[in-house]
Amino acid sequence: MQIPCPICGARDLREFTPKGHASYLDRPAEDADAQAWNDYLHLRENPAGDTRELWYHGAGCGAWLVVERNTVTHAVKGATLAREMRDAG
Amino acid sequence: MRVDGRGLIDRTQPVTFRFDGRSVTGYKGDTVASALLGKGVKLMARSFKYHRPRGVLTAGSEEPNALMEVGTGAAMTPNTRATVQEIYDGLVVQSQNRIGPLDRDLLSVNDALWPFLSAGFYYKTFMWPRAFWERLYEPVIRRAAGLGRITKAASPERHEKAFAFCDVLVIGGGPAGLMAALTAAKGGADVILAEETPEPGGRLLSDSQEIDGTLAAYWVEDILKELQATGRVRVMTRTTVTGAYDDGSYGALERVARHVAPADDLPPECFWRIRAKQAVLAAGAHERPIAFPMNDRPGIMLAGAVRTYLNRYGVAPGRNVTIFATNDDAHRTAVELLDAGVKVAAVIDSRTGVTAQGDYRLIEGGQVIGTKGRQGLSQITYRAGGSTDTLITDCLGMSGGWNPVVHLTCHLGARPVWDAEAKMFLPAPGAVPGMTPAGACNGAMSTAACLREGQEAGKAALKALGLRAPRGLSVPEAEDDPGRAQALWHIEGKGRAWLDFANDVTTKDVKLAAAEGYASVEHMKRYTTQGMAPDQGKSSNINALALLADATGRGIPETGTTTYRPPFIPVTMGAMGAFAEGHGFAPERRTTSDAAARARGAPMIEAGLWFRPSYFPAPGETTWREACDREVAMVRSAVGVVDVSTLGKIDIQGPDAGAFLDFVYTNMFSTLPVGRARYGLMLREDGHVMDDGTTARLGQHHYVMTTTTAAAGQVMAHLEFVSQGLRPDLDVRIISATEQWAQFSVAGRLARALLNGILDQPIDDESFPFMACGAVKVHGVNGRLFRISFSGEHAYEIAVPSRYGDALYRDLVARAEALGGGAYGMEALNVLRIEKGFITHSEIHGRVTAYDIGMQRMLSAKKDFVGKAAAARPGLLEPGRERLVGLRPVEAEGRLTAGARLFKDGDPHTRVHDQGYVTSVGYSPTLGHMIGLGFLRHGPECEGHEIEMVDHLRKVKTRVEVVNPVFFDPDGGRARG
Amino acid sequence: MAELIAKSPARGLTPVEAGGVTLTEAPMGPIWAVMPYRGKGAALSAALEAAHGLGFPAPGLLAETGDARIAWSGLDQAFLMGVMPDRALAAHAALTDQSDAWTHLVLEGAAVRDVLARWMPVELSPSACPPGSARRSLVGHMTALVLHPGGDRFEILVFRSMAATAIHELTRSMRAVAARREL
Repeated sequence: MQIPCPICGARDLREFTPKGHASYLDRPAEDADAQAWNDYLHLRENPAGDTRELWYHGAGCGAWLVVERNTVTHAVKGATLAREMRDAG
Repeated sequence: MRVDGRGLIDRTQPVTFRFDGRSVTGYKGDTVASALLGKGVKLMARSFKYHRPRGVLTAGSEEPNALMEVGTGAAMTPNTRATVQEIYDGLVVQSQNRIGPLDRDLLSVNDALWPFLSAGFYYKTFMWPRAFWERLYEPVIRRAAGLGRITKAASPERHEKAFAFCDVLVIGGGPAGLMAALTAAKGGADVILAEETPEPGGRLLSDSQEIDGTLAAYWVEDILKELQATGRVRVMTRTTVTGAYDDGSYGALERVARHVAPADDLPPECFWRIRAKQAVLAAGAHERPIAFPMNDRPGIMLAGAVRTYLNRYGVAPGRNVTIFATNDDAHRTAVELLDAGVKVAAVIDSRTGVTAQGDYRLIEGGQVIGTKGRQGLSQITYRAGGSTDTLITDCLGMSGGWNPVVHLTCHLGARPVWDAEAKMFLPAPGAVPGMTPAGACNGAMSTAACLREGQEAGKAALKALGLRAPRGLSVPEAEDDPGRAQALWHIEGKGRAWLDFANDVTTKDVKLAAAEGYASVEHMKRYTTQGMAPDQGKSSNINALALLADATGRGIPETGTTTYRPPFIPVTMGAMGAFAEGHGFAPERRTTSDAAARARGAPMIEAGLWFRPSYFPAPGETTWREACDREVAMVRSAVGVVDVSTLGKIDIQGPDAGAFLDFVYTNMFSTLPVGRARYGLMLREDGHVMDDGTTARLGQHHYVMTTTTAAAGQVMAHLEFVSQGLRPDLDVRIISATEQWAQFSVAGRLARALLNGILDQPIDDESFPFMACGAVKVHGVNGRLFRISFSGEHAYEIAVPSRYGDALYRDLVARAEALGGGAYGMEALNVLRIEKGFITHSEIHGRVTAYDIGMQRMLSAKKDFVGKAAAARPGLLEPGRERLVGLRPVEAEGRLTAGARLFKDGDPHTRVHDQGYVTSVGYSPTLGHMIGLGFLRHGPECEGHEIEMVDHLRKVKTRVEVVNPVFFDPDGGRARG
Repeated sequence: MAELIAKSPARGLTPVEAGGVTLTEAPMGPIWAVMPYRGKGAALSAALEAAHGLGFPAPGLLAETGDARIAWSGLDQAFLMGVMPDRALAAHAALTDQSDAWTHLVLEGAAVRDVLARWMPVELSPSACPPGSARRSLVGHMTALVLHPGGDRFEILVFRSMAATAIHELTRSMRAVAARREL
């Protein structure tokens, strides 16, 4: 698998480590109820098909990425800097 | 037997090797198989189960029979295909899977027992009594099972791995592959052409044919020159592409130096990871055997292999050859043998209405139904036109047609598609994104069609790359008749008919599997072991599934194939694991004091990737405990020095650095004054402790965080995640500075006295109180000083740029020794911190909360921080949780062990009564007994209670008292004083 | 007063030569991480240009003038090498001394790309990695910054503590590549 790092270009999978679904960026407010925190911590999406995941380019530029890929075909459709996803709301 | 005037071998260069102790001479360019056949040696192996005598079936990497042990001593490689192994002077080859000499294998008794050794034999036989499973059956079966031996000694071979990149990877250097490579290169693409054998050409080197009016072998030479002239083609010979993976990744095994004598530094094999934007699969086809009775004798081989031995190696595999075929193609073998002056006994064609292509006896509508010859074929029996007859013959070339090599198209999960017309499985369209099959692997069975498809595939690759196909391309003229073929999978008759020669699977086994309900092809495979040998059933799977289709009354497409998985050919463990042997397993990180510590005789222990000194033995000390006790006492009474550079150091800068730290730590850092350090606790978002350490404020916008050695990388990734993913609103920049600084702890009552000898400006309690930090000059070098303590003593950590680490460490230790102290190691460091109840990752092991370690009050209520919400969950704040305690033996000599479990007095020592566990122990020379830290239900509430510590593994039971985790100097006066 | 003697990370381990490829250690010199604060990229680049004659590099690039070099080294990060950073940069960027944090090796020779192909999962052909390139990637298991000023010269920066491993591994493949050419 290759991940198209927006900074470095397409790079081998071995330079990256995953952290699960991109909804981990949507951290609830400090005072959100227990259910919201439980969903955030424990009920992240893991679909068979298209998904958005967090990957860390730790052996490369150090960027955290949101990678769009398909868990069935392994096709990687694109990657965006995580901080830009946040900025975009 | 050699044939004059044929073959690509170099007859001016004789090569001598040893086979089963005998000296055999062949020529440069020979494989072990061709050299042995050239000497008339047909018996090369014993079969897996029945120990039947076997010769070669094929002339390629798909060989199921002729597997051998190559090399000597620890470098011996078993299960090497004699059809692939090239010979060189001094090569040592042995036959395998035998007891005694190859021609008198004692295990051939199994062959007489064959009626009992059918599919499922083991499952049906070795059932009772149960007690015999491990004691008797398994050892006996294990001894008899398997093919080659392994040496059990570490191999001295040093293979390598490498990465390669290209626009177009062409897999296979036959006519289709050569045309694809030429087209792609001329169109401006960078090409890798991977060819499994030593020379590109494929069947063009195995068959006599012409292209554009010249001998095909000459045409190949011309094309290779043209490829070279483009400057864009890297031809990798002896390289087999073993797997297709995601996104244009391919694995390939290059036999770099298997064809020459081993030499220092020369890697025998290289495992390539190739990244290709496009690929052309031109893997060719494997010829199908026919499952007729007793079809496994040495001398019975594939008709195409006979041509390969003749044309590529100048060897006739027999003096009087018979062909048994279902197709036109195999007739070429007879024609070429006659041209070469080899006698052809007959061509037996299963079809009627065929015509002979030359001056040989043609038996139409014939089927071979039996053979004779114990260690080599001597006679066959055939049936034709309702009568049965025999033929004297020493070699039978059979051909049941050709199977396209679709393997790589299936590696991403696609299944091949049955073509009822051509009677073959073809690659599914789009099976591997970016890969175009061409030539015989795509069902093109004439040379002209292969050339055409190769060119088309090259053009397709160019188009996908956005490149234009070169003008004026033509397809060379070549034979364009794919011939006709009949499907004939097996022939009924007396005696066994082999499908999978390597695993001794016969037609009877497959029928039995079907009869016993193993009707799915995957179940049949596992029940009979069909296709599970080193050759993975390359020449037998299709025949077996056709037979299964018959036996179950289904069609071939409904029956389907088993799953094709990488690797396409066997890959040695050494090549897979290249570079990871010995010291290559992981990088070794050495501190700047490494040489000095080793010079002092310190045994080094691994801490993650780091090496750290365990203890420093002094003259007269015979155990590590003596050294450890002395080092602890030395720190408590005078001064000790230890390298703490391995702790993570992270520079955190920016206008929002304080706010950022407030968010990642449970406690406040934005309020920390410049020039002060503070202990910080870091949680994961799920409320459990991630790491701890001190963070110092060096400037208004500049902090340096320390992490534990173990969690440095994890914390760095976490901080980046928080900064980029959760709080991109904070303007903060983070970088590791771990390796920039050599940092040493100087601990003990005399620490300041020691430091004042090396600091340009002396310090005192006023200028440098507990938890102070700041820039200093050490022997004129810019350094940093932190007054922090992990030992409970008056202590400092002093940091200098790493280039000075070695010098400073030696100086510090020498000065400490002059003051009655010295260097201490990890063992003493551990005892010192347990005496103080300081935690490490033995305690914060991922399942504990701040509450569990008694640090609940460090969770600030004034701000949000990572883990805050989750840490407040009621379940994480229950008093009954396992919480940190100190443990001391009731009897002074009582032994504590880490990992032991804790039980209430009088409770049975079983899991349901478990109350907790011990995490860290050590002998405290300060207190004169062992001490430990652990987690106990209700923890601190139990202080003063006596409980049982039980180590079921080490068989230790000790009565212990639950105490406060701070064993020594509980009010911390020594560190502050 | 005693003097602290400076030691380079690869002291005693280099030079190594095999098959026309040499592995040496670059002289120890200043390496400073320069990390622009939010929205300060342009101002930093101008300050760099003014002080050192080099702008802030785009990802993947290495530039040099005189003794000064600047190499892209990660997300919002570059290494200024060869000179001490001008004080003016601090207004726009976080600066961190990295001079002692790296083993800085120089691999040079006709077969240098073959040697690195044994360890690096990135393409280093002249078209994919032209002169003036900087790559963050792996050398075996080690994270690395690899600089290609031009010709057949590559500079490899790995963590200081990993000097012995880096030299051992590169030496092994230098010898293997050399041995292959004798085939």
